[in-house]
Amino acid sequence: MSIDLKTIKHISKLSRISVDEKKAEKLAGDLNSIFDFIEKLNELKTDNVEPLTSVAETTLKLRSDEVKSKNLRDQVIKNSPKENEDYFVVPKVIE
Amino acid sequence: MSDITKQALSELVENIKSKKLSSSEVTKAFVERSEKSKYLNAYITEDYANALNKAKKFDEKPNLDLKLPGIPMAVKDLFCTRDLRTTAGSKILNNFVPTYESTVTQNIWNEGGILMGKLNCDEFAMGSSNETSFFGNVQNPIDKNLVPGGSSGGSSCAVAAQLTPITIGTDTGGSIRQPASFTGTVGLKPTYGSCSRYGIVAFASSLDQAGPMAQNVKDCALLQEVISTYDEKDSTSTDFKRNEYSKELKKDIKGKKIGIPKEYRVDGMPKEIEDLWKKGIEYAKDCGAEIIDISLPHTNYALPTYYIVAPAEASSNLARYDGVKYGFRAEGENLIDMYENTRSEGFGAEVQRRIMIGTYVLSSGYYDAYYLKAQKVRKLIKNDFDNAYKKVDAILTPSTPSSAFKIGEKTNDPVSMYLNDIFTVPVNLAGLPGISIPAGHDTRGYPLGLQIIGKAFDEQNILNIAYAMEEKINFKNNITDWWIK
Repeated sequence: MSIDLKTIKHISKLSRISVDEKKAEKLAGDLNSIFDFIEKLNELKTDNVEPLTSVAETTLKLRSDEVKSKNLRDQVIKNSPKENEDYFVVPKVIE
Repeated sequence: MSDITKQALSELVENIKSKKLSSSEVTKAFVERSEKSKYLNAYITEDYANALNKAKKFDEKPNLDLKLPGIPMAVKDLFCTRDLRTTAGSKILNNFVPTYESTVTQNIWNEGGILMGKLNCDEFAMGSSNETSFFGNVQNPIDKNLVPGGSSGGSSCAVAAQLTPITIGTDTGGSIRQPASFTGTVGLKPTYGSCSRYGIVAFASSLDQAGPMAQNVKDCALLQEVISTYDEKDSTSTDFKRNEYSKELKKDIKGKKIGIPKEYRVDGMPKEIEDLWKKGIEYAKDCGAEIIDISLPHTNYALPTYYIVAPAEASSNLARYDGVKYGFRAEGENLIDMYENTRSEGFGAEVQRRIMIGTYVLSSGYYDAYYLKAQKVRKLIKNDFDNAYKKVDAILTPSTPSSAFKIGEKTNDPVSMYLNDIFTVPVNLAGLPGISIPAGHDTRGYPLGLQIIGKAFDEQNILNIAYAMEEKINFKNNITDWWIK
């Protein structure tokens, strides 16, 4: 298989990472060599194999629905790149 | 006592407990050596003044019953530390100061450990040479311009160069064991679920585990005993009976069955690795272990599986870095522009590459062909180990297919870089514990490691085997302090 520039542009949009032409070409090359390597998995027949989603042998534990941490506003806002009292600030979304 | 930094952890603990040394003396010695060793670039953030203060406070009212009484320690910069910058080796977290503490580091401070600073690592732990860090290469103390391995490269460097008596790293595909192998140190990747992931910057959540890195097996066992706790803040933390690993450590491994998987004899494996493995088998026999040939037939499929599963999980985990709530932000004309510019400028090339792979394999139309396929093969890989463990108690392999390589040697070829993890990745996919111990040198004098893989939650057994073999191997790291002028 081959990943073309159009596909790179599409993935870049889905990933929210902007790429220019030069970067897209480099990425296409890298991804193609990586996917050539990944294609090896097609040698295996896996029709009747159950997918392994987690190696953790525990089932999720239930806990009571209690609030344990509160009044964290200052902590939550502390690392914000731009803030306005209680809010995160982003470029205008609604005209 | 002049050579404080030459002492291993257990010696330091003993000397502090018997009041031959104070925490301040020990901390000062490691801080001074770290300051003289800036050339190695092991640290991203230093916290020496606070460390010295904490040591002074400890000495005023020492609690000598603790497991790490006033022991200074630098940790990988992937662990969130309250009020001390945590970057994950990335520009996008360059200014991030956590308001909370990771469970693993909290466990260390509760036992008397003192934070000295945060150690360099590959960006978001994605790399095998520490070259993807936004904060630059780390030098391997073994030789100039040699990589220390990765992603816990700052950690392996700092332990080998004795800038810290002990440290912790994280291991998603080999990031503790490979750098330990490259620097002649000991590194343990515990069973998935053994150490809490709470407060560790996430890379691939179904694979990530924190673990100890040390100069010897006993120190490794002691630190594992401290960091491994059940934690309800991590839903995959497992509530099992944990040993006091260092107390229960013993060299008697007579009759233990150790498996040798034939599939690990990979094409093009250097003769010195093959020889090291043979020597390892002899050491294990000398210790009284029984050697049994086994087969792990899907070994060759582990790396391709890993390079679907890990990037897929990474692309989801790293979606949170959007420039809104914390971290670096690049401005844009509108919200989408801001996201795209932030992520494009904030992430380095390797991280962007992996996000792209992950996004692609999870995207509509490709999910079944890639991600689901990889999860199925992951099951086959785990089955291989389950079958092998019907016959053996542990498995012995080389840790890496080569010794440490030169800085820049593999940066242009992602696939050749990925091949570094060929012997370590299957262990993460199956969620098992694995330990790398130094076992010899190549022709240039660079260290080589052997890996012992255990059954799930059987850390004690592989620590015991490592402990017994360590004595027979009698490895000496050849470090000349070449970087200190």
